[in-house]
Amino acid sequence: MTLKEIADLLEAKVLCGHDRLNEEHETAFASDLMSDVLTLGDYNPVILTGLCNMQTIRTCEMGNLDIIVLVRRKKASEEMIEEAEDEGMVVMECDFSMFKACGLLFKAGMLPIF
Amino acid sequence: MHLEYQVFEADFVNAGAASSAIKKTLKQLNVNPQIVKRVVVALYEAEVNAIAHAYGGMIYADIEADKIIVKVVDKGPGIPDIEWAMQEGNSTASPEVRNMGFGAGMGLPNIRKNVDRLDVQSTVGVGTTVEMEVHF
Repeated sequence: MTLKEIADLLEAKVLCGHDRLNEEHETAFASDLMSDVLTLGDYNPVILTGLCNMQTIRTCEMGNLDIIVLVRRKKASEEMIEEAEDEGMVVMECDFSMFKACGLLFKAGMLPIF
Repeated sequence: MHLEYQVFEADFVNAGAASSAIKKTLKQLNVNPQIVKRVVVALYEAEVNAIAHAYGGMIYADIEADKIIVKVVDKGPGIPDIEWAMQEGNSTASPEVRNMGFGAGMGLPNIRKNVDRLDVQSTVGVGTTVEMEVHF
């Protein structure tokens, strides 16, 4: 799916990385635990998380993960968006629960990485 | 090349700043991106540990032609049982640390998975030194 299709499906607001919305991605990973996010090895799945603070951005930076969907109506701070922009990330805000967001993406063909 | 960074207790706003700086340096040195990721993931976990569990400390990184050696030296309180702390799921993290997305007992095991050598020395009341080495 393209990131634009993902944003449309999740009714998400794209905060940064608008120039990357035509990129195709086929895997996703969901967790609120940043140590789990750091175990993903060489994969770069779309990250769905309800954790919304600077560590969300920093952790993804450390793990070379650059597409983040904030679920459960979490709102990114200006500082988070600035840092994500500096890192060339795509960040979206989605009002759906983690379960619903994951379910919609899975149904649409997005794959788990394990 | 020798690099040093100071980290402070409970300074969650800046947690990861040292890891980020070392990541940029390794990328500038054209180190293989997969190796960079291993170094940075291990270092980031150790940096968060020094901020979340200890009274801050110092990070020393020595980059050589074929490896990087990073030492994270914190100011205590020390780990009473290192073997227990190395097991996945064991943690003494505060609610604040858990709110930051850490504190699930994954830190030290994550570090071990990403490095070629890990040495953890700790003295209760003095502090903990985590030394890790990754080969390029």
